[in-house]
Amino acid sequence: MLWETVKLALKAIFRNALRSFLTVLGVVIGVAAVIAMVTVGQGSSDQVTSDVEKLGTNILMISPGQARMGPGSSNAASKPFEMKDVDRIAEEIALVETAAPMGSSSATVVYGNENYRTQITATDSRYLMATDWPLIAGRNFNAAEEKAGRAVCIMGETVRLELFGSGDPVGQKIRIGAISCEVIGLLEPKGASTFGQDQDDVVMLPMRLFQRRIAGNRDVGMIYVAVRDGASTDAAKAEIDSLLREIRRISPGEDDDFNVRDMKQIASMLTGINDVLTGMLSAVAAVSLLVGGIGIMNIMLVSVTERTREIGIRLAVGAQARQVMMQFLVEAVVLSLLGGVLGILLGLGLAAFASNLMSIPFAPDPTVVLMAFAFSAVVGVIFGYFPARAAARMDPIEALRHQ
Amino acid sequence: MAEDEDMPLIRMRGITRVYGKGEAEVRALDGLDLDIRRGEFVAIMGPSGSGKSTAMNVIGCLDRPTGGSYHFNGVEIARLSHDQRALLRRNFLGFVFQGYNLLPRTTALDNVELPLIYKGLPPEERIARARQALQQVGLEGREHHDPSQLSGGQQQRVAMARALAGSPEVILADEPTGNLDTRRSVEIMQLLTGLRQENPDLTIVMVTHEDDMAAYADRLIWMVDGKIARDGRPGKAA
Repeated sequence: MLWETVKLALKAIFRNALRSFLTVLGVVIGVAAVIAMVTVGQGSSDQVTSDVEKLGTNILMISPGQARMGPGSSNAASKPFEMKDVDRIAEEIALVETAAPMGSSSATVVYGNENYRTQITATDSRYLMATDWPLIAGRNFNAAEEKAGRAVCIMGETVRLELFGSGDPVGQKIRIGAISCEVIGLLEPKGASTFGQDQDDVVMLPMRLFQRRIAGNRDVGMIYVAVRDGASTDAAKAEIDSLLREIRRISPGEDDDFNVRDMKQIASMLTGINDVLTGMLSAVAAVSLLVGGIGIMNIMLVSVTERTREIGIRLAVGAQARQVMMQFLVEAVVLSLLGGVLGILLGLGLAAFASNLMSIPFAPDPTVVLMAFAFSAVVGVIFGYFPARAAARMDPIEALRHQ
Repeated sequence: MAEDEDMPLIRMRGITRVYGKGEAEVRALDGLDLDIRRGEFVAIMGPSGSGKSTAMNVIGCLDRPTGGSYHFNGVEIARLSHDQRALLRRNFLGFVFQGYNLLPRTTALDNVELPLIYKGLPPEERIARARQALQQVGLEGREHHDPSQLSGGQQQRVAMARALAGSPEVILADEPTGNLDTRRSVEIMQLLTGLRQENPDLTIVMVTHEDDMAAYADRLIWMVDGKIARDGRPGKAA
């Protein structure tokens, strides 16, 4: 009997295909929006996670200033690191594979008639080892260059394209601000980072050169640490923490004036923001599902009135109120489910398209798809109930007389 | 269904049907007493407003009387609920209306199947019985026509097939020829009388305002003011 009713509902729906389609459009859009939001959100979360894994889950970043921000934090007053801090971390902590200093600034680089504003990263040879970043031409900094702060640099692919086009920069002299500098290496292209930043838009200088000629001090802005394979990052963090407290003479009970973050934390922070955004957008999209439901109710009410005579005929040949109610309820649910299925397909299609465009993984979530399906059925039941009841309560004589 | 020898299929006593209240009160039926025996072909006539359609609706369990008692097949049904009356219609009654009342955009076969769906018959049996009913009214070959593709007479025959398909005890026809020309009307009446020859137990109650049609019945009831004014053989009554 239920199958009969479903078949009947399908017949009624396809008898007026265009109107049925317009009726469920609200549900289609609502479901599609929710599915697309959640799928793209999931994809970008996955992307962040995999990006961070590529960066290395064994990477720690130490920066001056308290981890806690907001009122009462003394970020500005925190003492910067020095070169010897980096060396002590690298040498004294067994769990640490290597540590590299990092300073950054931006500057205009000039070659011939070309000039280009780019990111300056001051570091030493350990940085490329810690991050596993290979060179495609030339070589890394050597110890003499680092010690003397010689004017040499390594450049990223984007800078090369800007200054040299397709030419080979290694061995050429470029000007960085006031420094004339020999290009000794070219980095392998890495593409955009999780933050959407072009990682190849960079020129690397020895730390000492940067301190002397650009920053004018002996500060190290940040320390980059690679933990040994298989070693616990938490244990390494604890040891770094106590070493730095000792170096920076922080008495027990006082808060750290630096913070050590690992990539996992950064990843979870980013995916957290991502999840909140996805949730909020999905909630907005869900509102359109509600509006879609009201659209279904409206058309079902019209349909009940239009089909008054049909209801009368059915009652005359022996349909019970319950059966008439079922017919209209099933029709509303089938209509809404059709909308749901269309919406799921459309949503997944949009998500696939958007994922491709944003070059993030396409991550359809079966749970969400199932939930959207169930939700559209619920919409059908809720918004179909009132019209169905109106149909079931009709008086057969009145209904048969209806023109 | 233990039926008393003397108990007619339909027995109505003091049936009233009142619409509205107070000043606006209309007594469509005002103490109707009516017995109809199994196998009778009864025509009901009367001026408009005489209550013949209301009587038909009460007999057909589409409407509930305000007062009085109505035994169908020995069972008191005047106080049955909405759904119980639906069951009665489903199992014992078949309707033919003046305006055919077929489902639009639905094939003849599907229309005839309709009561059988509510009876809960399996699809194969439904189709077989619907085809047979269409054949009985001379519409074989038209099973897949929409009402809009059929003439008035053909539509009314589909309606008759629908009424017959459920193997009812009583066929209730409310001005079945009201929308048809004389030739089609005669065809319908011949069909009705033919059905009775095949099944002498089939009871037919028909409301009409045409003497020619009433002449096909074996009993004519003339109603005035919600009561029976005359009851006898057609021809003499008119």
